[in-house]
Amino acid sequence: MGNTLIEKIIMKNTGAANVTPGEIVTVNVDRVMIHDIFIPFVADKFKEMGFTKIWDPEKVVLIYDHLVPTSAVEDIRHFKIGDQFVKDYGLTNVHRSDGVCHQLMPEQGYAKPGNIVFGTDSHTTTYGGVSCFSSGVGYTEMASILGTGEMWIRVPETIKVIVNGDLPANVTSKDVILRLIGDLRADGATYKCIEFHGDTFDKMSISSRLTMSNMSIEAGAKAAIFAADAKTAEYSKVALEDIDWIYGDDDASYCQVLEYNAADLVPVTACPSQVDKIKDVAEVAGTKVDQVFIGSCTNGRLEDLAVAAKILEGKKVAPFVKLIVTPASREVYLAASKAGYLSTLIKAGAILTQPGCGLCCGRACGILSDNEVVMATNNRNFLGRMGTSKVQIYLGSPATAAATAVAGVITVPEM
Amino acid sequence: MATFTGKVWVLGDDIDTDIIIPTEYLALPTVEDMKPYGFSPLRPELAGQIEEGDIIVAGKNFGCGSSREQAPEIIKALKVSCVIAKSYARIFFRNSINNGLLLIENDQIQDAVKEGDTLTVTLGETIEHDGTTYPIHSLPDNLMDIINAGGLVKAMQKRNGIIK
Repeated sequence: MGNTLIEKIIMKNTGAANVTPGEIVTVNVDRVMIHDIFIPFVADKFKEMGFTKIWDPEKVVLIYDHLVPTSAVEDIRHFKIGDQFVKDYGLTNVHRSDGVCHQLMPEQGYAKPGNIVFGTDSHTTTYGGVSCFSSGVGYTEMASILGTGEMWIRVPETIKVIVNGDLPANVTSKDVILRLIGDLRADGATYKCIEFHGDTFDKMSISSRLTMSNMSIEAGAKAAIFAADAKTAEYSKVALEDIDWIYGDDDASYCQVLEYNAADLVPVTACPSQVDKIKDVAEVAGTKVDQVFIGSCTNGRLEDLAVAAKILEGKKVAPFVKLIVTPASREVYLAASKAGYLSTLIKAGAILTQPGCGLCCGRACGILSDNEVVMATNNRNFLGRMGTSKVQIYLGSPATAAATAVAGVITVPEM
Repeated sequence: MATFTGKVWVLGDDIDTDIIIPTEYLALPTVEDMKPYGFSPLRPELAGQIEEGDIIVAGKNFGCGSSREQAPEIIKALKVSCVIAKSYARIFFRNSINNGLLLIENDQIQDAVKEGDTLTVTLGETIEHDGTTYPIHSLPDNLMDIINAGGLVKAMQKRNGIIK
């Protein structure tokens, strides 16, 4: 019997000849990511545990994103503690204003195909888009990894998701993953890995794959990983022959198989206030919105801004609608500027904000109040996520968001 | 091989972290302060009834919901010897090990036991109930080391020679 993709990554890491779901193994961590929100807790636990040095400072990445730029004076404390930690333990991979952690980790080459990566944020699953086994951990565990370089994991079962064919022009990878979360439900992939198969995914860009891996945690997934191909090699700047072992075997054992025809999929939205409350955009079309958000580690990449610019080209954002656009990183920001997307968006009336978590984590850059409605491209619509608990958050693709911004009501995008 | 006997409390499927400790009590200063409210949405009297060495038997997906580390901390503070459930939610499972709470997986005992019964657990081998034995898997040594040390912080302190 063959192995699933995640089993192969674990076997390569540990040197084991075989692993099976349920087995507990200790892995050697290839890279860790700590963000500004949790660095004070990590620093405390690390010292309490009695460590005096980090196992390999080069493997640690510290990223300030949730609090950049600050929106409350106490936020500064996190940067001060972080900067002291950098100084005390010799960290070199530090990003203080370069963008959202989950964009920077693959973009800057920290999370590579076949790696095992842990981060202090639940959306660490994102790097499955570059064929990496990555998952979120608590701050206590992060502190122990910093000291030892090791982590125990339970080998997960895998859900195989197969999609074949061409997606309709107005359907993006965001619609595919939202549909999947709606079918699996919010706990359907708990403790499991999701593996993506089919020619629809072969045709998908790395950015689109990152979107899907990012949101898989909303179905409870431990990881969500794509097979490595030429696109992965090019994006991650590695040789294809070094990563072509990263795929799930045909005769591997899967706990569940879900299959879709790409041509049957339509634009969908997660309705207030559960990520698995999925409806066709057509069903809620006409709902008036107060704000539209295009950004985040889910959909703030260059191709997302390109779609938005294409829809908003020569048009205006509806009166009384605020369109907030937040590029996911400094590189995305620069590339979008060079391509002319930013000037298109600005002319259409968009409010452009600094790369960072901003509105997605509800701290700054456009928080909302009671009974306001927002169509947003990020990953969570939980109660109170973007302001008060009475804000109505719909999650959709950048195409749905841009079309909605123009119309002022939730709109099925036409491409 | 360690063997212990305890009185059983029976809970159902999908016992979530909000049942184990509701959000409104999370701001209390210590786990000892929170302890009386353990399981209160489901059974307000339960935390006061559990005695040292008792065993919780539950169904599937025990500890689902949020990542709050206080959930396993409360159960540990109630001094139960272990939880036996059909399955555990991922983050709760990790947080339990890291906070020194012993978890055992078994999906047969639930049909046999009723509240107030007595179980005998032989770690890594069996659960014995009313003359019948049920096999259980052992946790690997490294996880047992964490549990036996009293959690991950203490295990690391031990590793680093700060405590014995």
